[in-house]
Amino acid sequence: MSGLTKVILVVSALGLAACDNLTGGSGNSTDLNSGGAGSVADQTSAAYFQQEIGDRVLFVVNQSTLTPQAEGILLSQANWLLANTDYTATIEGHADEQGTREYNLALGARRANAAREYLVSRGVAGNRIKVLSYGKERPLEICSDESCYSQNRRAVTILTGGLTG
Amino acid sequence: MRFFLTGVLFAAALLAPAGAVVAQDGPLRIEITDGVIEPLPYAVPNFIAETASANELSAQIARVVASDLSGTGLFREIPASAHISKVTDFNAQVQYADWKAVNAQALITGAVSVNGNQLTVRFRGYDVFADKELDGGGLQFNGTTDGWRRMAHKVADTIYSRITGEGGYFDSRVVYVSENGPKNDRRKRLAIMDYDGANVQFLTSSASIVLAPRFSPSGDRVLYTSYESGFPQIHVMDIGKVQRRVLSTDDGIMSFAPRFSPDGRTVVYSQSQGGNTDLFTMDINSGKLTRLTSAPSIETAPSFSPDGSQIVFESDRSGSQQLYVMAATGGDARRISHGKGRYGTPVWSPRGDLLAFTKQNKGRFHIGVMRTDGSEERLLTASFLDEGPTWSPNGRVIMFTRETQGANGRALLYSVDISGRNLKPVRTPDGGSDPAWSPLQN
Repeated sequence: MSGLTKVILVVSALGLAACDNLTGGSGNSTDLNSGGAGSVADQTSAAYFQQEIGDRVLFVVNQSTLTPQAEGILLSQANWLLANTDYTATIEGHADEQGTREYNLALGARRANAAREYLVSRGVAGNRIKVLSYGKERPLEICSDESCYSQNRRAVTILTGGLTG
Repeated sequence: MRFFLTGVLFAAALLAPAGAVVAQDGPLRIEITDGVIEPLPYAVPNFIAETASANELSAQIARVVASDLSGTGLFREIPASAHISKVTDFNAQVQYADWKAVNAQALITGAVSVNGNQLTVRFRGYDVFADKELDGGGLQFNGTTDGWRRMAHKVADTIYSRITGEGGYFDSRVVYVSENGPKNDRRKRLAIMDYDGANVQFLTSSASIVLAPRFSPSGDRVLYTSYESGFPQIHVMDIGKVQRRVLSTDDGIMSFAPRFSPDGRTVVYSQSQGGNTDLFTMDINSGKLTRLTSAPSIETAPSFSPDGSQIVFESDRSGSQQLYVMAATGGDARRISHGKGRYGTPVWSPRGDLLAFTKQNKGRFHIGVMRTDGSEERLLTASFLDEGPTWSPNGRVIMFTRETQGANGRALLYSVDISGRNLKPVRTPDGGSDPAWSPLQN
């Protein structure tokens, strides 16, 4: 698998947040992350979750296995969700453009589910986390090489509720 | 819009062989399977306007007939500027010598009359070097003026069929996803058009993602996947009324990749649950579900055989995406793709003889065809990203999506003959993807 050689693990999404318009946004789920709802200084805010905890994990070409780095981010997400029980989440799975449309939808579902299963294994109630796949329909980065593809093969945890104040 | 095909055998069917020495052995014939080296030269002078109000349409109809025939790559038009004879009377004897002189092997003549919104088109095809009409004689189509393009397509389909011995495909439509905007903000909406890109009509707004529309066997309904609820679900739309409904309603279960069975009563599709994607069928009226596969691998992109007895689909159960065939009721599946690379999006030809598919190998994408047992694989295209083939109603042409590389990459529709010849873009107002070709219209 040639892609294995080039796993660029962006440790967290910190640097991306500024240019990020993560449009979970079709349909009726409110993407609390994209606006960075709340202040980053507030550790219970969606903004803090997105920018300090890290809302996404990245995957190797054609794989849905969690890397050690991905598990690290998901562990932080799990702990945050356990501490902030008002929130529910939807995990969106994505693929890069190098694949057929239907297969990438299924692959994105696998990735989102891998992230979900990790959160559940760390004690987050399963009924708080939905999964959804966009396949290759919502790339973040638009170039056609690995530097972009590696950012597009992702599972993003979108907070979907609990904005109580 | 209705058409009445009247097999009017115009009495003046031209006196027989005229005693002339016939310049060829058999009837005028293109064998499509051979892969045509030299397109057949033909002439289609403007049709004769039999009423004053038919002036415009009589010229336009001839132009659409020419566009259809020449667009196949099997025919080459002799331009009007080269014509010696002018056809002024639909029933007069054709001056074969004049058409032989410009090497038009086939000649199409026609007459158009318009009364109010009623349109009548009569036409004849000639085998010029045999000094006679093509088998089947003259025909007449009656319809309304707003359907004039369809009548032109029917004329072209008839001529195409008479010369190739194959069914036609011009009087057909394509439903596809119209695409606008950059890759990271792509707007998609369902659109439908004539096979040649005319008469584009949008069926949904671009407020939510839509994917992979598929026609019903009778061409009156379309299945597609929409994120309208925020979640990918299968919808079915009545095209005439532009009314739609959700076919699957279970919360938390993604459904996609639907296709109709040949009888139009069943939908086969993929469902993802717990990260695993399997195949199901749904009775479209009762909503009853039947699970066809239960493997931890991805099973998707199913397509029925034309007789409804089998389903071809893709699965990564072997470790990579490959093609499999199983009974339409599920059960054991047989792997049929064995070449290098990954195979996806298989579609059974309407003739039943071939499968079209997408192949990914060494960073390139191909549209290919193979026999239904996986033998005789042939790749028809190669590019950065080709995918999602759909068959013309006669199983001779494939339309697909070609996406270009890079930050400004966009998706366009292309078509190619199963011989691999005549690769060309299909004109759409915006970008386009996921085409699905309708059956021939009635």
